[in-house]
Amino acid sequence: MAREWPLWEIFIRSQNGLNHRHVGSLHAPDAETAIHNARDVYTRRKEGVSIWVVRSADITASRPSEKGPLFDPAEDKVYRHPTFYDIPDDVGHM
Amino acid sequence: MYAQMVKSEASNDDPGMLAAFQARIDRGDKIEPKEWMPEGYRKTLIRQISQHAHSEIVGQLPEGNWITRAPTLQRKAILLAKVQDEAGHGLYLYSAAETLGISRDEMFEQLHSGRAKYSSIFNYPTLTWADMGAVGWLVDGAAIMNQVPLQRTSYGPYSRAMIRICKEESFHQRQGYHIMMKMARGTEAQREMAQDALDRFWYPALMMFGPSDKDSVHSQQSMAWKIKINTNDELRQRFVNETVPQAEFLGLTVPDPELRWNPDKEGYDFSQPDWDEFFEVLKGNGPCNRERLGARVRAWEDGAWFREGLTAYADKAAQRRAGAATAAE
Ligand SMILES: [Fe+2]
Ligand SMILES: [Fe+2]
Repeated sequence: MAREWPLWEIFIRSQNGLNHRHVGSLHAPDAETAIHNARDVYTRRKEGVSIWVVRSADITASRPSEKGPLFDPAEDKVYRHPTFYDIPDDVGHM
Repeated sequence: MYAQMVKSEASNDDPGMLAAFQARIDRGDKIEPKEWMPEGYRKTLIRQISQHAHSEIVGQLPEGNWITRAPTLQRKAILLAKVQDEAGHGLYLYSAAETLGISRDEMFEQLHSGRAKYSSIFNYPTLTWADMGAVGWLVDGAAIMNQVPLQRTSYGPYSRAMIRICKEESFHQRQGYHIMMKMARGTEAQREMAQDALDRFWYPALMMFGPSDKDSVHSQQSMAWKIKINTNDELRQRFVNETVPQAEFLGLTVPDPELRWNPDKEGYDFSQPDWDEFFEVLKGNGPCNRERLGARVRAWEDGAWFREGLTAYADKAAQRRAGAATAAE
């Protein structure tokens, strides 16, 4: 069997002013072809104005098993949220 | 459905882990690729998603048959866009399956060798232009019936693929119904073609939901895992309830003498398709099985030189870039 084309992750900016957002992935031999294919696969209905392609193999991801150590520390820091503070209505909008 | 009769796989996992996993599903959590999942969940999903993907890909063939013979340039453009969408649906689903640890080439190999199944519906011929109407209206209609609830499936990548697909599917059904309207209100010969298309596609469309799974252990497991949301019979009933009035609007007759509104169940009573025929088609003995798979394999093999060319070009360009980088140092 011939060598399989690498997998690319596709990010699309749907309109200026918004972030690029991950929409899916596809196989392509190189970055240029990945962009062309992404145009055909993910923007057939004007879903985008800009495309990023990133080789899936180049992405480093946090491990699901690290979810606790990584994100739990944020749990007990309620004081980071504005609703933690009771401000009397008399003060007006804040 | 597009994935008919998916056998679920048993899991030999730790009972505690299995229970915790089930609790996540029951809570409505979505499962994402690298997270722990039972082996059975992973294998069943690979089978189901790849079967669905194969159906989208093979499903292009019966309609591709009519692209060069569409009656107007606009109908041709519409059909081309529809068939291109189906290719996209196949790609979204293959990508979703790949997140579970199977490669694209492995899935192609399973399809091309005949080991993997695709929906029985695509093994029926498309004989006249009215069939393009019947396919969009009934086949895409039945697909929508199944895919809409699957948007809530527990596996994240599958759910996201379904959401994307459902957004595009509605145009498919409407363009098909639009063709049927034109034909049903056309000349007597055109009306007859429309009726004939409905006659031939009605029962194969009902088969798309698969045989009754009331007593199937497989579907109970799949439903517990939320990779199947409704029973086959539920979806088939919904499809009949929705489609019969649409046929009446066209002035066409559903080819079922037993079809009757049943006020008690607020739905139609209807005849079951010929399940022997269904199993024969699944086994490979439908009217077009050999032709469809043959066309698919030929397309893959005829495209090999092109795929290899692109790979060679990419390798060369990478070498050139690397060479330029060292020269600059
Ligand atoms: Fe589709
Ligand atoms: Fe479709």
